[in-house]
Amino acid sequence: MKVGVVTFPGTLDDRDAARAVTHAGTTAISLWHNDADLKGVDAVILPGGFSYGDYLRCGAISRFAPVMEKIIDAANGGMPLLGICNGFQVLCEAHLLPGALTRNHELHFLCGDQKLEITNNQTAWTSSYSVGQEIVIPLKNGEGSFQCDDATLAALEGEGRIIARYVGENPNGSRNKIAGITNTRGNVVGLMPHPEHAIDTLTGPTADGLGFFTSVLKALVK
Amino acid sequence: MAKIVVDVMLKPEILDPQGVAVSAALPRLGFTFAKSVRQGKRFEIEIDGDPTPAQLAEVAKAAETLLANPVIETFTVRVEK
Repeated sequence: MKVGVVTFPGTLDDRDAARAVTHAGTTAISLWHNDADLKGVDAVILPGGFSYGDYLRCGAISRFAPVMEKIIDAANGGMPLLGICNGFQVLCEAHLLPGALTRNHELHFLCGDQKLEITNNQTAWTSSYSVGQEIVIPLKNGEGSFQCDDATLAALEGEGRIIARYVGENPNGSRNKIAGITNTRGNVVGLMPHPEHAIDTLTGPTADGLGFFTSVLKALVK
Repeated sequence: MAKIVVDVMLKPEILDPQGVAVSAALPRLGFTFAKSVRQGKRFEIEIDGDPTPAQLAEVAKAAETLLANPVIETFTVRVEK
């Protein structure tokens, strides 16, 4: 199994994402934003960072990068696709996920360990968790406030498409404390906090994030 | 040469923390007139000659595709002489 990790200009967390993939027991393949070639990967991660300097809107330019055309096609065909932080913003801009990520309600850039509750373990990226399980992984963003209209929010809630919520105080003003969502098919997941920074206790606060990467292996073996 | 201006604003129902921060800063400086402030983006696009309706439609398409995110933002297109 091969999991692609995309690097856009300004991406920061591609190496950690690749390390997490390796740690989970499979092969990480680097994908370059300007290549329209997915190198035969079985799943793709869009990592965090500030692609294209967050110019215009976070993810707005990256969404039109050559590699994204192939990724969008593959995701529409069922390929597992995880967007973390800036990657989540790219997925929303690409309309693979509904809603948008906007400026944190307190305007500050956040950086700290965040408790989350997993609320859907039926996706390609969350099957290693149990529903109701609480995990702690880093949260670091300036524009992480998930916003959408009431109808979209009702659909996300009604269809169980919210995969994780913030526990405790709402850190960034996200509607219904949404930390991550999935598409109807469950192969595309966007998550604002960073599981790739919490795969072992040597480098992260916990190893709680590893489950996202072991989940996709299970999904690919199926 | 004409200038086409695209103004992009967050939809009214979307929280605008930057506007709120500006709105809170004004009275601290003695400016007490503002009931609320919302912050947006302005794009100035220069073209040769007067824009045709087809060009304006193209600009609107570009605004919808790239300059604005219709999920959270609205936009207007106008010509400035």
